[in-house]
Amino acid sequence: MAAVTKPRRSAGSAVARFAILLVLGGFFLLPLVAMAEFSTRGAGGTRSLASWAAIVDDPDLVEAILVSVQLAVASSLLMLVLLVPTMTWIRLRLPALRRLVEFLCLLPVAIPAIVLVVGMAPLYAWVNYFLGDSPLTLTFAYAVLVLPFAYRAIDAGLSSIDLKTLAEAARGLGASWGTVLVRVVVPNIRTALLGASLLSVALVLGEFTIASLLNFDTLQVRVNLLGKRDAGVSIAVSLLSLLFAFALLFLLSFIGRRRRDTAVEEG
Amino acid sequence: MVAPVTTGVGGADRASPGPGPGRSWLAWLVVVPFLAYVGTFLVYPTALVLAGSFQGSDGSFTLDNLADLTRGVYLQAFLRSVELSAITALLGAVLGALLSWAVAAGEPEGPLRRVVVAGAGVLAQFGGVPLAFAFLATIGFQGFVTQFLRDSFGVDLFATGAWLFELPGLTLVYTFFQIPLMVIVFLPALDGLRPQWREAVDSLGGSSWTYWRHVGGPILLPAFLGAALLLFANAFSAYATAAALVSQGSPIVPLQIRGFLTGEVLLGQENLGKALGLGMVVVVGVAMGLYALLQRRFARWQR
Repeated sequence: MAAVTKPRRSAGSAVARFAILLVLGGFFLLPLVAMAEFSTRGAGGTRSLASWAAIVDDPDLVEAILVSVQLAVASSLLMLVLLVPTMTWIRLRLPALRRLVEFLCLLPVAIPAIVLVVGMAPLYAWVNYFLGDSPLTLTFAYAVLVLPFAYRAIDAGLSSIDLKTLAEAARGLGASWGTVLVRVVVPNIRTALLGASLLSVALVLGEFTIASLLNFDTLQVRVNLLGKRDAGVSIAVSLLSLLFAFALLFLLSFIGRRRRDTAVEEG
Repeated sequence: MVAPVTTGVGGADRASPGPGPGRSWLAWLVVVPFLAYVGTFLVYPTALVLAGSFQGSDGSFTLDNLADLTRGVYLQAFLRSVELSAITALLGAVLGALLSWAVAAGEPEGPLRRVVVAGAGVLAQFGGVPLAFAFLATIGFQGFVTQFLRDSFGVDLFATGAWLFELPGLTLVYTFFQIPLMVIVFLPALDGLRPQWREAVDSLGGSSWTYWRHVGGPILLPAFLGAALLLFANAFSAYATAAALVSQGSPIVPLQIRGFLTGEVLLGQENLGKALGLGMVVVVGVAMGLYALLQRRFARWQR
């Protein structure tokens, strides 16, 4: 197992490794087990799935879940539309702008969401004046929040292909820039785009700060609100959303490997 | 074909003529939507916060807001935020480094590593409100562990007060997402250690201790310190978990800002919330800047 260590030391380090995994594994699994236990409590010490069934019985919660899912899809799409042409174009024609775009995309890492929302509150007064007060207007804020994650994923994708040669070959054969983008670039970095989208979906489904402080009813806002009244349902939904995010990222770990494999095949 | 040396004017000397934005100003047009968007929804709100910190309620220039940060409840909130972030960054960095080591020693494509990395990603980056409920279910008043300890051993977890909803509780819950973040940041650094270095120490008769003391440790130190700074910035910026857990009072800066956004604002203090925001940006900015420096130093070994 331990490729780095020599056999004569591996006994000691194997014990240490096992102990660390056991203790920290327990620390991380215990709250998940507790959530499962708490959300299946029935009256008088019995087990019941009432809290889980209540998820679909609460129209407000169902509505909030639908809003969050729509936001996740819309934010991912907006992010792709904003980033893919810009990042491709900058690599091909405007390398001078690369630093600026990178800086702007990574900026949300240095500005906490709680600070961003202070500045967004007056901005959203205008947004809601012009576009109505649908929670879907949060798409604008979320497309900004996902920028650092999406930028890194797409940048890695673009770095792994020979963009200049591909684009010039397509241009030489008479393709328009639009065709280059849609039929050459996008298919070649599709796994990176899928990765960026999955990260965005996970982030939007878990977002609370901006939604709650701009008074929009999203999944996490509703879960928090419900918790004051019926902890069981909130805990059930919380567990569900953690497991869902885990499934997304677990899936992502396979996509990451597949991309490397394809790169080897194509290279 | 070589990239054009002169910036912008690529159209004339390109091998592939044809329609499309050939001229430089047309080439710049393509990035306008992105720049306009980021300008509106990222730069503008940020500028609004920064500028507002220096404005009184009538819009005139003042340093009063910033001066207020250095006293009373606001100073205390900053000190508590720094304390919470520093403690959880240290705990997270040490425990996370150990977990990274335990995971890195296994197979790179094995199920253990996949599960740990995916799980760490969830808890570190997308936890938020669900983490607060995870701990309510575990050690809340009616939590799984609380009930178990009370019924089986007669131990009352809350004998000393409702600590879960105060700073000690936040420390515990924050550590729960700091350790996973450390794994995400530190695991690539551990992967960067070359087996040859270990073999060189072995062949020269060095022990495991020699290796970590003179080779592995010094190489990893910048990465470790950098990661600890990133963890500090992460805890300092965190809001959702604290907001869901602490509904009474505002012990830390993000919750103070919540007070300014949702509650009554005293006359003449309209822009104090923005000054708190500026204070957060400065602290997070310094931590992230140092992190970037240390990352660069560590990168020397990874070529």
